[in-house]
Amino acid sequence: MSSDVIQVAIQRGSSEASHNEMFEVPAFDSQTVLDVVSWVQQNTDPTLSYRFACRVGMCGSCAMMVNGVPRWTCRTHISKVLVDNKVEIAPLRNLPVIKDLVVDMDPFFDKWVEAEGVHHGTLTRDDPIAPIDDTTAKRVEANAGIECINCSVCYAACDTVTANSEYLGPAALQRAWTLLNDAKDEGRTAILDAVSGKGGCHNCHSMGSCTTYCPNELDPMSAIAGLKRETAKRFFGRGG
Amino acid sequence: MGGDIRMSRFAHIKGRAHPLWIAYILHRISGLALALFLPLHFWVLAMAMTDPSKLDAFLGMTESVVVKVAEFGLVFLLAVHMFGGLRLMAMEWLPWSPPQKTLAATAAAASFLIATLFFLKAV
Repeated sequence: MSSDVIQVAIQRGSSEASHNEMFEVPAFDSQTVLDVVSWVQQNTDPTLSYRFACRVGMCGSCAMMVNGVPRWTCRTHISKVLVDNKVEIAPLRNLPVIKDLVVDMDPFFDKWVEAEGVHHGTLTRDDPIAPIDDTTAKRVEANAGIECINCSVCYAACDTVTANSEYLGPAALQRAWTLLNDAKDEGRTAILDAVSGKGGCHNCHSMGSCTTYCPNELDPMSAIAGLKRETAKRFFGRGG
Repeated sequence: MGGDIRMSRFAHIKGRAHPLWIAYILHRISGLALALFLPLHFWVLAMAMTDPSKLDAFLGMTESVVVKVAEFGLVFLLAVHMFGGLRLMAMEWLPWSPPQKTLAATAAAASFLIATLFFLKAV
């Protein structure tokens, strides 16, 4: 076998019935995992379904399981993940598979809203824009989480999500923590109610897979720890 | 081309394992093992009331190497679980930066080491 050819196993089918198919893909310089999947779709099997859009790590569409690890495939070089010139590519974990590498992202986004990851504004367009001081401790906390691209890598990495389908998951909880610290957001009570419920932040076991695998190097685990502290403070009657 | 060549479940878990995840698993397994040990422990202690001669015979067994190794395992489990719990509480309840936590953990470990050495010299 020449090392100019990569052996690629791709999971086909849906949540109901799936199997792996082997493909041989020519190796190129600076080839990404997404390039490999695209090559298969364009040259070997046009029925292969997968998602991508920006190809530069901004849109969060192309995340897949690569050798069992969730990754943004457009920014992952194939040379970094090959084992014996082989790679296994599968749809994201913890989400229903529609077809091949395409998952149904609805549960992920529904939980985003369930965690009150929406803007709670009180001002109108006639009010002056609230001044934001980048140096306050709360703004530093909020800034730490705003670069989330909704790729669902953390959601796929989390074993707590696997075990508890009601758990809101790292991304949604991190957004709740960001809004809780945002001076422009007035949803404190709604957010703390949403994240202290059955599927809330206290389900988190701090395994840290979200933080380990986040492609933007965000830290959802620490954000969730922040929510744990705030909900506990409220429970004990401090810091409503 | 066909063929169903799939990574095993174990390979998937191994692929995703990282230090924080391993710390979580160690904490969980040590907790479960201690939960299994405790009823046995209380049962043996209860012999002091119910059947002292049986307790003495049981305590005689602690001289054997197998039991000594088991005791080592027990103390190890306790230590893993205690420090795992302290780690978790520090991680979740102290809003410190990672370097601050590393410094605090180093200071605590060094103090513990010195105090243990002092204690071992005393006994």
